[in-house]
Amino acid sequence: MNYLYLVKRTAIALLSIFIVVSVVFGVTTLLPGSAANIVLGTEATDAAIEQVNEDLGLDRPLPVQYVDFVGGVVTGDFGNSLISGQPVMEMVWPRLLRTLQLAAVAMLISVVAAIPLGIVAAAKRDTMVDHLVTSGSYVGLSIPSFVSATLLLLFLTTPPLDLFPKGGFVPLSDGVVPWLHHLLLPAIAMNTIILAYVLRQTRSSMVETLESDYIRTARLKGVAERNVLFKHGLRNGLLPTVTVLALNFGWMMGSVVIIEQIFAFPGIGELIVQAIDNRDLPVIQAGILVPTIAFIMANFAADIVYTLLDPRISLGDE
Amino acid sequence: MSMETSTRRSDQETLLSVDSLDVKFEVADGNIHALRDVSLAVEKGETVGLAGESGSGKSTLALAIVQYLDANGWVDDGSITFEGEDLLSASKRELRSIRGNRIAHVAQNPSSSLNPSMTIGAQIRETIDLHQDIESDEEGTRRVHDVLEQVNLPNPAGIADRYPHELSGGQQQRALLAIGLSCNPDLLILDEPTTGLDVTTQAKFLDLVEDLKAEYDAGILLITHNLGVISEIADRVNILYAGEMLEKGPVEEVFTSPANPYTQALLATTPEIAKDKEVKPIPGRIPELDAIPNGCIFADRCEFATEECRTDDIEMASVDGERDHESRCLHWRDVVDNPIDVPAKQASDRTPGEPILSINHLQKYYDEGGFIKNLIGDHDPVKAVNDVSFDIHEGEAVGLVGESGCGKSTLGRTLLKLHTVTSGSIEYDGTDIDSLSKQELNEFRSSCQIIFQDPEASLNPNRTVRQILERPLKLFTDRAADERRTRAEELLNQVNLGSDVVDKKPHELSGGQQQRVAIARAFAADPSLIVLDEPVSSLDVSVQASILNLLEDLCEEYGTSYLLISHDLSVIEAICDRVAVMYLGEIIETGSTDQIFDPPYHPYTRALLSSIPTLDPYEEKSRIRLDGDVPDARNPPSGCSFNTRCPQKIGEVCETDDPDLEDGGGGHCIGCHLSEEEMSESLDATFDQG
Repeated sequence: MNYLYLVKRTAIALLSIFIVVSVVFGVTTLLPGSAANIVLGTEATDAAIEQVNEDLGLDRPLPVQYVDFVGGVVTGDFGNSLISGQPVMEMVWPRLLRTLQLAAVAMLISVVAAIPLGIVAAAKRDTMVDHLVTSGSYVGLSIPSFVSATLLLLFLTTPPLDLFPKGGFVPLSDGVVPWLHHLLLPAIAMNTIILAYVLRQTRSSMVETLESDYIRTARLKGVAERNVLFKHGLRNGLLPTVTVLALNFGWMMGSVVIIEQIFAFPGIGELIVQAIDNRDLPVIQAGILVPTIAFIMANFAADIVYTLLDPRISLGDE
Repeated sequence: MSMETSTRRSDQETLLSVDSLDVKFEVADGNIHALRDVSLAVEKGETVGLAGESGSGKSTLALAIVQYLDANGWVDDGSITFEGEDLLSASKRELRSIRGNRIAHVAQNPSSSLNPSMTIGAQIRETIDLHQDIESDEEGTRRVHDVLEQVNLPNPAGIADRYPHELSGGQQQRALLAIGLSCNPDLLILDEPTTGLDVTTQAKFLDLVEDLKAEYDAGILLITHNLGVISEIADRVNILYAGEMLEKGPVEEVFTSPANPYTQALLATTPEIAKDKEVKPIPGRIPELDAIPNGCIFADRCEFATEECRTDDIEMASVDGERDHESRCLHWRDVVDNPIDVPAKQASDRTPGEPILSINHLQKYYDEGGFIKNLIGDHDPVKAVNDVSFDIHEGEAVGLVGESGCGKSTLGRTLLKLHTVTSGSIEYDGTDIDSLSKQELNEFRSSCQIIFQDPEASLNPNRTVRQILERPLKLFTDRAADERRTRAEELLNQVNLGSDVVDKKPHELSGGQQQRVAIARAFAADPSLIVLDEPVSSLDVSVQASILNLLEDLCEEYGTSYLLISHDLSVIEAICDRVAVMYLGEIIETGSTDQIFDPPYHPYTRALLSSIPTLDPYEEKSRIRLDGDVPDARNPPSGCSFNTRCPQKIGEVCETDDPDLEDGGGGHCIGCHLSEEEMSESLDATFDQG
C-alpha cells in the first residue's frame, strides 16, 4: 500500500513538472519581440537576424524546439544568456543557492519561533500568554512583507540603531556570523506573515488536539501533563503544520522578488527582474522553472514526511 | 449476578462511595447545578449500573469520580471516597497514580478515544510502564499480549502492532478496554461502552465484561442509557435524572417492581422483542439546569405528580430496606401498586397493495478498480449488494436488518438511484429506473424520499425550518407561495412540532426535533416510498419512542411504504410488517414480522435475536454468539456466505453450495441448507455452555 502511494505521488509530481515546463515554454515563446532583435538591437539587418535565429535554433518548427527545450530541462541545460552569452545555469544556480539560504533561514525562524509559540499558546489557552501571542500574530499577519522590509531597513540599519548591513550577501565560507548578519533582516522581513500564519495554524490544531477524546484517555491513564503534550499531542497536532510549511515555501519564493530588490540581495528574484527588463528569454525560463521544480519537490517531500508521521495516510490511496 | 448478591455484599468492603455530591458548572449566564445530592456506592466484585436519558449527568458523575471535570466545573459539596481515600483532596501526583492504575475509565466512542498515531500495543504499554514495575522489555510485551488476549482479541501480537484505524469498531472497543484492564484496576468505569456497536458485537462485549468480573473481582460502574444492557449484566442499578438520583436498588427489584415513575417511564419507552408492547414516549423534555424548581425535578413529566410534588423537599425513601431499594418519590407506594400503562401493540390495519418497487437480482459493487489495477493483478471489488431480489408493496413497511457492513445502507441508497446499479434492475411502478427520462426521474425523486440517521448533517444549516420544508414543495409540486406556507405549517403540525420552530435554523433544535423536521421534509411531496436509514439510532431512548410512534402514525395516514434500515430488530419490530435479513450483501431470510420472530429461524437471524438484551433480569436466554467480524466483502466465503460464523453449520455442503431462498410456506423464505426442524428446535442444550 505504502509503495503504491509512493508511486502515485511520484507520478503526480512528475506530471506537475511536465505541465509547468510546457506552460513556461508556451508563454515565453509567445512573448512579443524576437530574440534576435534583443541580441542584435533594433538596427540589425535581416541577414544577421536570420543568422542569429539559426544559431539559437529558432528557425526550426515549434514541436522540435519544444522537444529540444524539454531535453534541456531534463539535462539542466537552458542554453546561454542572450545578453551576456554566459550559460544560463551558471547564472541561475549560484543565485538560486543564495535565495535558498535566505529561504532556509526564514523557514528555520518559522519553525523555531512559530511552532513553540503556537504550542505554548495552545497549552496555556485563554491565559495572558495566549492572548499576547495571539494578538501579536494578528499584527504579524497584517503587515505586508515590503512594509516590514522597509521598516526594518529604516530602523535597524541606520543610526542610532545601526545593527545590520543595508543589504548584500556574504557567503557562508566567510564565516557564519557575517553570513547570518546579512541574511537575518531579509529573512525576518520575508517571514513575518508566514511566522504569524504558522503560529496560528499550530495553535489552533494543537487546541483541537488537546480537546480530543484520546487526550482525555491519556490523562485518565495517569500520563503526566508534559507527556500528554509531547507524546500524545504534538505528533497529531503538528500534522497540518507540516503541510502549511511546505505550501508557504511557495509563497516565500514569490515574496523573494520584492525582498531581494529592497535589500539588494543577489538572489534569483533579482536575476529574474533583470532578465525580464532585458527580455533575456533563457534566463527568464530557467529563473521560473528551477524554483518551481524545487517547490514541487518540496511539496512532494512534505507529503512523504506526512505519511511517515501519520499511519492512516499510508492507506489513503483508496 | 442475581440472588446471592445481597447476602454476599454484606461481607464485601465498599470500594467507591460517592456521598451527597453536588457538581456545578460556570457558564456565561450563571451556574448550572449539574449534580445534586447524588450518592452512589460500588462494592468489590459488583457491577453497578447508572442509567438515565442523555443530559441527566451520567458522564459528569463518572468524570467527577476521576476528578476530571472541565475547567469550568467543580465539586461544590459532598465527598468521593475510594478505598478509604478522599479523592477530592488528592494531589495531582496522587491522582496520576490512581488514574489508569486503580481506577480505569473506559470512554465511550472508542474510535476517537484511541490515539490515532500510536499502535494499540504502545498505548497499552504506556499504562503498564507508568504504573507497574516491569523488569524487561519482553515482560512488558508479554503483559500487553496477555491483556489483549483477555479481551478476546484474536492474534494479540498482530493487533498490538496495528493502529486504531485498522481495527473494526468492536475491536477498538476491546482495545480501549484492554488499556483500562492493563493494570488490574480495582474500579472499572465503563461509559456507554456499547453505544454505536451492533447488537451482536454488543452481546459479545457484555459477555466479556461478565467473564472479566469473575476473573478480576473488580468493581464495575456501567453507564448506559440502554436499560437492557444493565438488566443483562448489572447487580445494582441507579437511575439518574437531570442531576438527581431518583431510584436505586438491586436490578431484579428495580426492573420488576420499579418504584419511581421515571424508571417506569424509561422502561416503557424501551422497545422489546416479542413482548407485544407499544413503545411509550416520555412526554416533555429533560429540564435545563440553570434554575432548579422546587420539589421533584421530574414532576413536569410525571403522571403521578400532585401539588406537594412541586413544593416539598423530597428525600430518598426506602422501598425495601433489606435490599437497599430506594426511590425519591412522594407517591412511591401508589407508583408500585398502579404502574403506568404500557399500551399493548395494536395490530396494524394496513393492507399492502400492489408492488410499487421491484428489485431483481440487484448487484452493487464498489471500487471495481481502474484499468491499471485490474491489469496488474487480481483486483476484487467490494461486493456490497450481491444478487438481491425483493418487492416493496404499496402501504407496507419493510424492515431491512443486519450487522454493520452487510450492505443494507448501500441497498437503500442504490434503489433510490443515489448510487448507480452494477447489474440487475430496479423497477418503480413497472418502469426500470435506469430508463427514466429527466422528467420521469424528477417524478421518481419526488415520490421516493430518504431519511438519514444523523438529522443534523442532513439538514442545511443555513436554511430555516420553513425554507427546508418549502424546498421540496417548490421542486416537486406546483403550489403557489401561500399554499406552500400553509402546507409547511400543516406538516410541522403533523410531526408534532409547534409553529414556533418555523423560523429557527437546525442548530437551534434538539436532535429529536431535527429528526422530526427531516421526517416532515420527506413527507412534504406526498411520497409513495420512504427509505429510513437508521432513523432513530442517534437519538435518545425517550425521543426514539416518540419518533417510532410518529413514523407508524404517518405510515397509516399517508399510506406510504417504508423501507426501514436498522441493525436493531426491536426497532424493526415496532413498525414493520415484513422483514428482510441481510448478510454480506445477500438476503438470507424474508417473511412477515411474526414469521421472522418465531421459528424456524435462519441461524443468523437466531443469533441476532438472541443478542438483544431484554429488560427482564430473570430471563434465561439461549446465548448464541457469532465468532469474529463480518468477513471481507471483497472476498466473501464460498458457498453459503454465513458458513464461516454459522453455529449450526452442517459440513461441506455449506462451503460449496450457496443455498437459495426457499419458501417454507406463507411467504417465509429462508436461505439455508438446514431442515425446517433443525431451524426450529431449541439450541439451549448445545449452546448454553458455550
